[in-house]
Amino acid sequence: MTHLTQQPISLDALLARVASPERGGTCIFLGTVRNAADDGGVTAIEYSVYDEMVEAELGRIESEVAPRWPGAHVATMHRVGRIGVGEASVAIVATAPHRAEAFAACRYVIEEVKRRLPIWKQEYRLDGSTTWVGPSEAPGHRPGVSPPEQAPA
Amino acid sequence: MPTATVRVRFFARYAELVGRDEVELTVSIPTTVGDVIRAVQAAHPGARELPDRPLVAVNLRHAKLDAAVRAGDEVALLPPLAGGSEGVSEPRA
Repeated sequence: MTHLTQQPISLDALLARVASPERGGTCIFLGTVRNAADDGGVTAIEYSVYDEMVEAELGRIESEVAPRWPGAHVATMHRVGRIGVGEASVAIVATAPHRAEAFAACRYVIEEVKRRLPIWKQEYRLDGSTTWVGPSEAPGHRPGVSPPEQAPA
Repeated sequence: MPTATVRVRFFARYAELVGRDEVELTVSIPTTVGDVIRAVQAAHPGARELPDRPLVAVNLRHAKLDAAVRAGDEVALLPPLAGGSEGVSEPRA
């Protein structure tokens, strides 16, 4: 398992994968579990995944970065299982010779992760109930991110 | 008529609807993802509640409903993705 973990995400481990003396820009994105449902009361989220496909799709997403932003490298980790409010569920570290490419590569990967990875969330609420959570953001609302040249078909 | 055996996997809410997370099906070939979904719905009562046009993947890649399915393929029926990817199974031309 290279992109999925049951444990808290280690940023140091991700940084070690992509840090390099010739890459002077590093951009880190962390997605954390929030308590912002309409009625509040979310205590945790359980992430379930199609793990073999997440690995395959993340490999494809990461391989799409280098042709677009030469010199950029990305490392991605998604946590699975039950995650408490405030803890990170996904981390992306992008490094590149300069900051512009690092920001762009990081933004590209998180948008593709959200759009393409077979991952589902179940909210745990204060009253003990659980709910599957659907898409939370309008599809297509991806400012500043160009679509991949090849659709994920 | 030649037949093929395929593995169909269900995830998250769809696994709850069907009551299991995978089935093996023998289908006549040539066949498509859409045919496989209809065969699952015919064979498993819980699967009748699945949408007719769910997101799907074949062999770990997002696929369209008219994609061909071959012997040994793994067809996965995917509920709407948590990140908000309605329509990822309908790639841009």
